[in-house]
Amino acid sequence: MTESKGTYFKTDVIIIGAGPVGLFAVFELGLLDMKAHLVDILDRPGGQCAELYPEKPIYDIPGFPVITGQGLTENLMAQIKPFAPVFHFSQMACALKRLESGHWELTTDEGNRIEAPVIVIAAGGGSFVPKKPAIPGIEPYEGTSVFYAVRKMDQFKGKHILIAGGGDSALDWTLNLQPIANSIALVHRRDDFRAAPDSVHKMRALVAEGKMKLHIGDIKSLTGEGAQITSVHIHSKDAGDQEISCDTLLAFYGLTMKLGPIADFGLHLHENLIPVDTEKFETSQKGIFAIGDINYYPGKLKLILSGFHEAALMAQQAFRYVYPDKKLRFQYTTSSSALQEKLGVNDQAG
Amino acid sequence: MKIHVTDQQGNAHELEGIEGWRVMEIIRDYGLPIKAECGGACACATCHVYIAPEWTQKLYPMQDEERDMLDVAPNVTDYSRLSCQIIMTEKFDGLTLTLAPGSEP
Repeated sequence: MTESKGTYFKTDVIIIGAGPVGLFAVFELGLLDMKAHLVDILDRPGGQCAELYPEKPIYDIPGFPVITGQGLTENLMAQIKPFAPVFHFSQMACALKRLESGHWELTTDEGNRIEAPVIVIAAGGGSFVPKKPAIPGIEPYEGTSVFYAVRKMDQFKGKHILIAGGGDSALDWTLNLQPIANSIALVHRRDDFRAAPDSVHKMRALVAEGKMKLHIGDIKSLTGEGAQITSVHIHSKDAGDQEISCDTLLAFYGLTMKLGPIADFGLHLHENLIPVDTEKFETSQKGIFAIGDINYYPGKLKLILSGFHEAALMAQQAFRYVYPDKKLRFQYTTSSSALQEKLGVNDQAG
Repeated sequence: MKIHVTDQQGNAHELEGIEGWRVMEIIRDYGLPIKAECGGACACATCHVYIAPEWTQKLYPMQDEERDMLDVAPNVTDYSRLSCQIIMTEKFDGLTLTLAPGSEP
Protein backbone atom coordinates (compact mmCIF):
# COMPACT_ATOMS: atom_id res chain seq x y z
CA MET A 1 0.00 0.00 0.00
CA THR A 2 1.29 3.41 -0.93
CA GLU A 3 0.21 6.68 0.65
CA SER A 4 -1.40 9.10 -1.77
CA LYS A 5 1.68 11.30 -1.72
CA GLY A 6 3.96 8.26 -1.87
CA THR A 7 6.09 7.90 -4.96
CA TYR A 8 8.23 4.96 -6.04
CA PHE A 9 11.83 5.53 -7.07
CA LYS A 10 14.50 3.16 -8.29
CA THR A 11 18.19 3.95 -8.17
CA ASP A 12 21.64 2.42 -7.65
CA VAL A 13 22.38 3.62 -4.13
CA ILE A 14 20.26 5.16 -1.38
CA ILE A 15 22.22 7.34 1.03
CA ILE A 16 20.61 8.02 4.39
CA GLY A 17 21.93 11.39 5.54
CA ALA A 18 22.99 14.39 3.45
CA GLY A 19 25.79 15.58 5.72
CA PRO A 20 29.34 16.06 4.41
CA VAL A 21 30.08 12.33 4.32
CA GLY A 22 26.80 11.43 2.56
CA LEU A 23 27.45 14.19 0.03
CA PHE A 24 31.00 13.03 -0.68
CA ALA A 25 29.71 9.48 -1.09
CA VAL A 26 27.73 10.78 -4.09
CA PHE A 27 31.05 11.81 -5.63
CA GLU A 28 32.85 8.52 -5.04
CA LEU A 29 29.83 6.53 -6.25
CA GLY A 30 29.41 8.83 -9.24
CA LEU A 31 32.96 8.27 -10.41
CA LEU A 32 32.07 4.58 -10.57
CA ASP A 33 28.85 5.27 -12.54
CA MET A 34 26.44 4.77 -9.64
CA LYS A 35 23.49 7.10 -9.22
CA ALA A 36 22.37 8.09 -5.75
CA HIS A 37 19.26 9.28 -3.93
CA LEU A 38 19.73 10.95 -0.54
CA VAL A 39 17.18 11.06 2.28
CA ASP A 40 17.56 13.62 5.08
CA ILE A 41 15.26 14.85 7.80
CA LEU A 42 16.58 18.40 7.48
CA ASP A 43 15.24 20.65 4.72
CA ARG A 44 18.70 21.28 3.26
CA PRO A 45 22.06 19.55 2.79
CA GLY A 46 24.93 19.71 5.28
CA GLY A 47 23.77 17.71 8.30
CA GLN A 48 25.53 18.83 11.48
CA CYS A 49 27.57 21.30 9.39
CA ALA A 50 24.32 23.03 8.42
CA GLU A 51 22.36 22.64 11.61
CA LEU A 52 24.89 22.87 14.44
CA TYR A 53 27.78 24.95 13.20
CA PRO A 54 27.20 26.61 9.80
CA GLU A 55 29.27 29.64 10.82
CA LYS A 56 31.94 27.82 12.83
CA PRO A 57 35.37 27.29 11.34
CA ILE A 58 36.68 23.76 10.66
CA TYR A 59 40.48 23.46 10.49
CA ASP A 60 41.06 19.80 9.68
CA ILE A 61 39.63 19.34 6.21
CA PRO A 62 42.58 18.36 4.01
CA GLY A 63 43.49 21.17 1.65
CA PHE A 64 41.44 23.78 3.49
CA PRO A 65 43.36 25.66 6.21
CA VAL A 66 39.97 26.93 7.38
CA ILE A 67 36.41 26.48 6.11
CA THR A 68 33.00 26.95 7.73
CA GLY A 69 30.39 24.21 7.96
CA GLN A 70 28.31 26.12 5.41
CA GLY A 71 31.32 26.64 3.12
CA LEU A 72 32.18 22.95 3.18
CA THR A 73 28.58 22.03 2.38
CA GLU A 74 28.46 24.46 -0.56
CA ASN A 75 31.75 23.14 -1.93
CA LEU A 76 30.59 19.53 -1.67
CA MET A 77 27.33 20.42 -3.42
CA ALA A 78 29.37 21.98 -6.26
CA GLN A 79 31.66 18.95 -6.37
CA ILE A 80 28.80 16.44 -6.73
CA LYS A 81 26.72 18.52 -9.14
CA PRO A 82 27.88 16.55 -12.24
CA PHE A 83 26.33 13.41 -10.76
CA ALA A 84 22.85 14.96 -10.35
CA PRO A 85 21.95 13.34 -7.03
CA VAL A 86 18.26 13.25 -6.08
CA PHE A 87 17.48 14.69 -2.65
CA HIS A 88 14.51 13.73 -0.49
CA PHE A 89 14.62 16.44 2.17
CA SER A 90 12.45 16.85 5.28
CA GLN A 91 11.91 13.09 5.36
CA MET A 92 12.98 10.44 7.78
CA ALA A 93 14.16 7.05 6.59
CA CYS A 94 11.81 4.91 8.63
CA ALA A 95 11.75 1.34 7.33
CA LEU A 96 14.00 -0.92 5.33
CA LYS A 97 13.15 -4.30 3.83
CA ARG A 98 14.88 -6.75 1.53
CA LEU A 99 12.96 -7.53 -1.65
CA GLU A 100 12.89 -10.92 -3.32
CA SER A 101 15.28 -9.61 -5.96
CA GLY A 102 17.86 -9.03 -3.22
CA HIS A 103 17.44 -5.27 -3.55
CA TRP A 104 16.50 -3.06 -0.61
CA GLU A 105 13.40 -0.93 -0.32
CA LEU A 106 13.50 2.10 1.91
CA THR A 107 10.31 3.83 3.04
CA THR A 108 10.30 7.42 4.28
CA ASP A 109 7.85 8.96 6.73
CA GLU A 110 6.31 10.82 3.77
CA GLY A 111 5.35 7.48 2.30
CA ASN A 112 7.91 7.57 -0.50
CA ARG A 113 9.58 4.28 -1.38
CA ILE A 114 13.01 3.94 -2.94
CA GLU A 115 14.50 0.73 -4.27
CA ALA A 116 18.23 0.08 -4.72
CA PRO A 117 20.73 -2.77 -4.47
CA VAL A 118 22.87 -0.71 -2.06
CA ILE A 119 22.08 1.31 1.07
CA VAL A 120 24.62 3.67 2.59
CA ILE A 121 23.90 4.90 6.11
CA ALA A 122 25.69 8.20 6.60
CA ALA A 123 23.40 9.43 9.33
CA GLY A 124 25.98 10.92 11.73
CA GLY A 125 24.45 11.14 15.20
CA GLY A 126 21.02 10.20 13.89
CA SER A 127 18.01 12.31 12.87
CA PHE A 128 17.71 15.89 13.99
CA VAL A 129 14.47 16.11 15.92
CA PRO A 130 13.06 18.98 17.99
CA LYS A 131 14.21 19.19 21.60
CA LYS A 132 11.23 18.78 23.87
CA PRO A 133 10.77 21.33 26.60
CA ALA A 134 10.99 19.97 30.14
CA ILE A 135 7.39 20.71 31.07
CA PRO A 136 5.69 18.08 33.19
CA GLY A 137 2.53 16.58 31.69
CA ILE A 138 3.08 17.97 28.17
CA GLU A 139 2.73 14.62 26.35
CA PRO A 140 -1.09 14.40 26.05
CA TYR A 141 -1.17 17.75 24.24
CA GLU A 142 1.57 16.98 21.71
CA GLY A 143 0.36 16.96 18.12
CA THR A 144 -3.07 18.39 19.04
CA SER A 145 -2.41 21.70 20.74
CA VAL A 146 1.33 21.61 21.44
CA PHE A 147 3.74 21.53 18.48
CA TYR A 148 7.51 21.62 17.95
CA ALA A 149 7.41 22.40 14.25
CA VAL A 150 5.08 24.02 11.73
CA ARG A 151 4.22 21.89 8.71
CA LYS A 152 1.12 23.74 7.54
CA MET A 153 0.58 27.37 8.50
CA ASP A 154 -3.16 27.19 7.81
CA GLN A 155 -3.57 24.90 10.78
CA PHE A 156 -2.91 27.88 13.06
CA LYS A 157 -5.36 30.31 11.46
CA GLY A 158 -7.56 32.01 14.04
CA LYS A 159 -5.78 30.40 16.98
CA HIS A 160 -4.66 31.93 20.24
CA ILE A 161 -0.99 31.08 19.96
CA LEU A 162 1.82 31.13 22.48
CA ILE A 163 5.29 30.67 20.99
CA ALA A 164 8.22 29.70 23.21
CA GLY A 165 11.89 30.26 22.43
CA GLY A 166 14.38 32.96 21.47
CA GLY A 167 16.01 31.74 18.27
CA ASP A 168 15.22 32.20 14.60
CA SER A 169 12.49 29.54 14.49
CA ALA A 170 10.60 31.14 17.38
CA LEU A 171 10.91 34.66 15.98
CA ASP A 172 10.24 33.71 12.34
CA TRP A 173 7.07 31.83 13.24
CA THR A 174 5.94 34.63 15.52
CA LEU A 175 6.21 37.07 12.61
CA ASN A 176 4.72 34.65 10.05
CA LEU A 177 1.76 33.56 12.15
CA GLN A 178 0.93 36.95 13.68
CA PRO A 179 -1.19 38.09 10.71
CA ILE A 180 -3.34 34.94 10.68
CA ALA A 181 -3.57 34.19 14.40
CA ASN A 182 -6.41 35.43 16.55
CA SER A 183 -3.85 36.41 19.15
CA ILE A 184 -0.16 35.72 19.50
CA ALA A 185 2.35 35.96 22.32
CA LEU A 186 6.01 35.06 22.68
CA VAL A 187 7.57 33.72 25.86
CA HIS A 188 11.33 33.58 26.35
CA ARG A 189 13.48 33.06 29.42
CA ARG A 190 15.31 36.39 29.08
CA ASP A 191 14.79 39.72 27.36
CA ASP A 192 17.57 39.02 24.90
CA PHE A 193 17.23 37.04 21.68
CA ARG A 194 19.78 35.13 19.65
CA ALA A 195 17.56 35.34 16.54
CA ALA A 196 18.44 37.63 13.63
CA PRO A 197 18.37 41.27 14.85
CA ASP A 198 15.95 42.26 12.09
CA SER A 199 13.38 39.70 13.27
CA VAL A 200 13.80 40.89 16.86
CA HIS A 201 13.19 44.51 15.76
CA LYS A 202 10.03 43.50 13.90
CA MET A 203 8.78 41.52 16.90
CA ARG A 204 9.40 44.44 19.25
CA ALA A 205 7.58 46.76 16.86
CA LEU A 206 4.53 44.45 16.93
CA VAL A 207 4.66 44.49 20.73
CA ALA A 208 4.84 48.31 20.73
CA GLU A 209 1.83 48.48 18.37
CA GLY A 210 -0.12 46.21 20.72
CA LYS A 211 -0.41 43.49 18.05
CA MET A 212 1.30 40.84 20.17
CA LYS A 213 2.56 40.24 23.68
CA LEU A 214 6.02 39.39 24.95
CA HIS A 215 6.47 37.54 28.25
CA ILE A 216 9.84 36.99 29.90
CA GLY A 217 9.91 33.83 31.97
CA ASP A 218 10.02 30.04 32.01
CA ILE A 219 7.07 27.80 31.29
CA LYS A 220 6.33 25.81 34.44
CA SER A 221 3.11 23.96 33.67
CA LEU A 222 0.14 23.63 31.34
CA THR A 223 -3.58 23.50 31.95
CA GLY A 224 -6.05 21.92 29.57
CA GLU A 225 -8.77 19.38 28.92
CA GLY A 226 -7.92 16.13 27.21
CA ALA A 227 -5.49 16.98 24.43
CA GLN A 228 -6.46 20.67 24.31
CA ILE A 229 -4.46 23.20 26.31
CA THR A 230 -6.29 26.21 27.70
CA SER A 231 -3.49 28.06 29.44
CA VAL A 232 0.22 28.10 30.15
CA HIS A 233 1.75 29.02 33.49
CA ILE A 234 4.98 30.92 33.42
CA HIS A 235 7.30 32.06 36.16
CA SER A 236 9.59 35.04 35.95
CA LYS A 237 11.92 36.51 38.51
CA ASP A 238 10.55 40.02 38.05
CA ALA A 239 6.87 39.47 37.32
CA GLY A 240 6.34 36.34 39.43
CA ASP A 241 3.81 33.75 38.28
CA GLN A 242 1.45 34.42 35.39
CA GLU A 243 -1.21 32.41 33.61
CA ILE A 244 -1.48 32.99 29.87
CA SER A 245 -4.60 31.82 28.06
CA CYS A 246 -3.98 30.17 24.71
CA ASP A 247 -5.19 27.21 22.65
CA THR A 248 -1.90 26.49 20.88
CA LEU A 249 1.66 26.27 22.15
CA LEU A 250 4.54 26.20 19.70
CA ALA A 251 7.86 25.47 21.41
CA PHE A 252 11.17 25.98 19.61
CA TYR A 253 14.14 24.89 21.68
CA GLY A 254 16.45 23.79 18.90
CA LEU A 255 17.11 20.33 17.54
CA THR A 256 18.89 17.32 18.95
CA MET A 257 20.07 14.09 17.35
CA LYS A 258 18.22 10.83 17.95
CA LEU A 259 19.17 7.58 16.28
CA GLY A 260 15.53 6.88 15.43
CA PRO A 261 14.30 4.03 13.20
CA ILE A 262 17.85 3.05 12.14
CA ALA A 263 18.00 1.28 15.51
CA ASP A 264 15.44 -1.19 14.10
CA PHE A 265 17.27 -1.98 10.85
CA GLY A 266 18.73 -5.17 12.38
CA LEU A 267 22.36 -4.02 12.29
CA HIS A 268 23.56 -5.28 15.71
CA LEU A 269 24.39 -1.86 17.16
CA HIS A 270 27.41 -1.25 19.36
CA GLU A 271 26.51 1.55 21.82
CA ASN A 272 24.16 3.14 19.25
CA LEU A 273 26.78 2.88 16.50
CA ILE A 274 26.77 0.52 13.52
CA PRO A 275 29.68 -1.93 13.45
CA VAL A 276 31.41 -2.24 10.06
CA ASP A 277 34.51 -3.88 8.65
CA THR A 278 37.40 -1.61 7.68
CA GLU A 279 37.84 -2.95 4.18
CA LYS A 280 34.42 -2.16 2.74
CA PHE A 281 32.64 -0.38 5.62
CA GLU A 282 29.82 -2.84 5.19
CA THR A 283 27.48 -3.76 8.04
CA SER A 284 26.36 -7.22 9.11
CA GLN A 285 23.78 -7.03 6.29
CA LYS A 286 25.05 -7.55 2.77
CA GLY A 287 24.56 -4.42 0.68
CA ILE A 288 24.12 -2.07 3.65
CA PHE A 289 27.11 0.15 4.38
CA ALA A 290 27.67 2.64 7.20
CA ILE A 291 30.11 5.53 6.88
CA GLY A 292 30.95 8.63 8.92
CA ASP A 293 30.14 9.29 12.57
CA ILE A 294 27.48 6.59 12.75
CA ASN A 295 29.80 3.61 12.23
CA TYR A 296 32.08 1.80 14.65
CA TYR A 297 35.30 -0.14 14.17
CA PRO A 298 38.45 -0.41 16.28
CA GLY A 299 40.38 2.84 16.10
CA LYS A 300 37.43 4.84 14.73
CA LEU A 301 37.84 8.62 14.87
CA LYS A 302 34.72 10.73 14.40
CA LEU A 303 36.26 13.11 11.88
CA ILE A 304 34.82 14.30 8.59
CA LEU A 305 38.01 13.21 6.84
CA SER A 306 37.60 9.64 8.15
CA GLY A 307 34.13 9.60 6.62
CA PHE A 308 35.51 10.73 3.25
CA HIS A 309 37.99 7.83 3.26
CA GLU A 310 35.24 5.40 4.24
CA ALA A 311 33.06 6.68 1.37
CA ALA A 312 35.80 5.91 -1.18
CA LEU A 313 36.28 2.34 0.03
CA MET A 314 32.55 1.73 0.36
CA ALA A 315 32.07 2.72 -3.30
CA GLN A 316 34.46 -0.03 -4.44
CA GLN A 317 32.29 -2.73 -2.91
CA ALA A 318 29.02 -1.02 -3.83
CA PHE A 319 30.14 -1.19 -7.48
CA ARG A 320 30.36 -4.99 -7.22
CA TYR A 321 26.71 -5.12 -6.12
CA VAL A 322 25.42 -2.61 -8.65
CA TYR A 323 27.45 -4.01 -11.58
CA PRO A 324 28.13 -7.65 -10.68
CA ASP A 325 29.31 -8.46 -14.21
CA LYS A 326 31.60 -5.48 -14.72
CA LYS A 327 35.29 -5.26 -13.92
CA LEU A 328 36.26 -2.39 -11.65
CA ARG A 329 38.97 -0.19 -13.09
CA PHE A 330 40.90 1.97 -10.65
CA GLN A 331 41.60 5.41 -12.09
CA TYR A 332 42.74 8.89 -11.05
CA THR A 333 40.71 12.01 -11.78
CA THR A 334 43.98 13.75 -12.70
CA SER A 335 44.76 11.49 -15.62
CA SER A 336 41.61 9.61 -16.61
CA SER A 337 39.74 11.17 -19.50
CA ALA A 338 36.83 8.84 -18.72
CA LEU A 339 36.52 10.24 -15.19
CA GLN A 340 36.98 13.78 -16.44
CA GLU A 341 34.14 13.25 -18.87
CA LYS A 342 31.85 12.18 -16.01
CA LEU A 343 32.87 15.30 -14.13
CA GLY A 344 32.15 17.43 -17.19
CA VAL A 345 35.55 19.12 -16.95
CA ASN A 346 36.45 18.63 -20.59
CA ASP A 347 33.36 20.59 -21.63
CA GLN A 348 34.68 23.61 -19.77
CA ALA A 349 38.14 23.24 -21.29
CA GLY A 350 36.45 23.37 -24.69
CA MET B 1 43.28 18.66 41.05
CA LYS B 2 39.78 17.23 41.36
CA ILE B 3 36.32 17.82 39.95
CA HIS B 4 33.32 16.59 41.95
CA VAL B 5 30.52 15.55 39.63
CA THR B 6 27.02 14.39 40.54
CA ASP B 7 25.46 12.54 37.61
CA GLN B 8 21.83 12.71 36.43
CA GLN B 9 20.98 9.78 38.73
CA GLY B 10 22.37 11.54 41.78
CA ASN B 11 25.55 9.47 42.10
CA ALA B 12 28.69 11.36 43.13
CA HIS B 13 32.02 10.92 41.32
CA GLU B 14 35.47 12.36 41.95
CA LEU B 15 37.27 13.04 38.68
CA GLU B 16 40.94 13.86 38.17
CA GLY B 17 41.09 17.30 36.55
CA ILE B 18 43.29 17.71 33.48
CA GLU B 19 44.91 21.10 32.94
CA GLY B 20 43.71 22.81 29.77
CA TRP B 21 40.91 20.35 29.00
CA ARG B 22 37.30 21.42 28.75
CA VAL B 23 35.36 20.22 31.79
CA MET B 24 32.95 18.51 29.35
CA GLU B 25 35.89 16.54 27.90
CA ILE B 26 37.04 15.45 31.35
CA ILE B 27 33.52 14.26 32.21
CA ARG B 28 33.23 12.41 28.88
CA ASP B 29 36.73 10.90 29.19
CA TYR B 30 35.85 9.57 32.64
CA GLY B 31 32.91 7.77 31.06
CA LEU B 32 30.06 9.65 32.69
CA PRO B 33 26.86 10.06 30.64
CA ILE B 34 27.09 13.40 28.86
CA LYS B 35 25.64 13.94 25.39
CA ALA B 36 27.81 16.90 24.29
CA GLU B 37 26.64 16.30 20.73
CA CYS B 38 28.40 19.23 19.06
CA GLY B 39 31.72 18.13 20.54
CA GLY B 40 32.57 21.36 22.34
CA ALA B 41 31.63 23.97 19.74
CA CYS B 42 29.13 25.76 22.02
CA ALA B 43 26.45 24.85 19.51
CA CYS B 44 24.04 22.45 21.22
CA ALA B 45 23.69 22.94 25.02
CA THR B 46 23.74 19.18 25.70
CA CYS B 47 26.68 19.47 28.15
CA HIS B 48 24.59 21.64 30.51
CA VAL B 49 25.65 21.46 34.19
CA TYR B 50 24.70 23.16 37.44
CA ILE B 51 27.71 24.66 39.21
CA ALA B 52 27.71 24.50 43.04
CA PRO B 53 26.67 27.95 44.32
CA GLU B 54 30.04 28.58 45.99
CA TRP B 55 31.79 28.11 42.64
CA THR B 56 29.66 30.27 40.33
CA GLN B 57 31.52 33.50 41.10
CA LYS B 58 34.96 31.89 40.86
CA LEU B 59 34.58 30.78 37.23
CA TYR B 60 35.18 33.06 34.27
CA PRO B 61 31.95 34.82 33.37
CA MET B 62 29.86 33.54 30.50
CA GLN B 63 30.37 34.85 26.98
CA ASP B 64 27.33 35.87 24.91
CA GLU B 65 27.59 32.69 22.85
CA GLU B 66 27.21 30.47 25.92
CA ARG B 67 24.34 32.62 27.25
CA ASP B 68 22.60 32.30 23.86
CA MET B 69 23.03 28.53 23.71
CA LEU B 70 21.56 28.10 27.19
CA ASP B 71 18.26 29.21 25.60
CA VAL B 72 17.90 25.70 24.18
CA ALA B 73 18.74 23.85 27.40
CA PRO B 74 15.92 22.71 29.65
CA ASN B 75 15.62 23.77 33.30
CA VAL B 76 18.12 26.63 33.20
CA THR B 77 18.89 28.21 36.57
CA ASP B 78 21.26 30.87 37.91
CA TYR B 79 23.82 28.08 38.34
CA SER B 80 23.63 26.84 34.74
CA ARG B 81 26.77 26.63 32.62
CA LEU B 82 27.83 24.70 29.54
CA SER B 83 30.70 22.48 30.66
CA CYS B 84 32.41 22.75 27.26
CA GLN B 85 33.00 26.42 27.98
CA ILE B 86 34.92 25.89 31.24
CA ILE B 87 38.61 25.17 30.73
CA MET B 88 40.14 23.27 33.65
CA THR B 89 42.99 24.87 35.53
CA GLU B 90 44.56 24.60 39.03
CA LYS B 91 42.42 27.52 40.18
CA PHE B 92 39.34 25.33 39.79
CA ASP B 93 40.68 22.42 41.87
CA GLY B 94 37.66 21.10 43.78
CA LEU B 95 35.08 22.39 41.26
CA THR B 96 31.73 20.88 42.13
CA LEU B 97 28.89 20.45 39.66
CA THR B 98 25.83 18.39 38.75
CA LEU B 99 24.94 17.10 35.27
CA ALA B 100 21.67 18.83 34.30
CA PRO B 101 18.62 17.08 32.87
CA GLY B 102 18.88 16.93 29.08
CA SER B 103 22.63 16.25 29.17
CA GLU B 104 22.16 12.48 29.21
CA PRO B 105 23.06 10.72 25.93
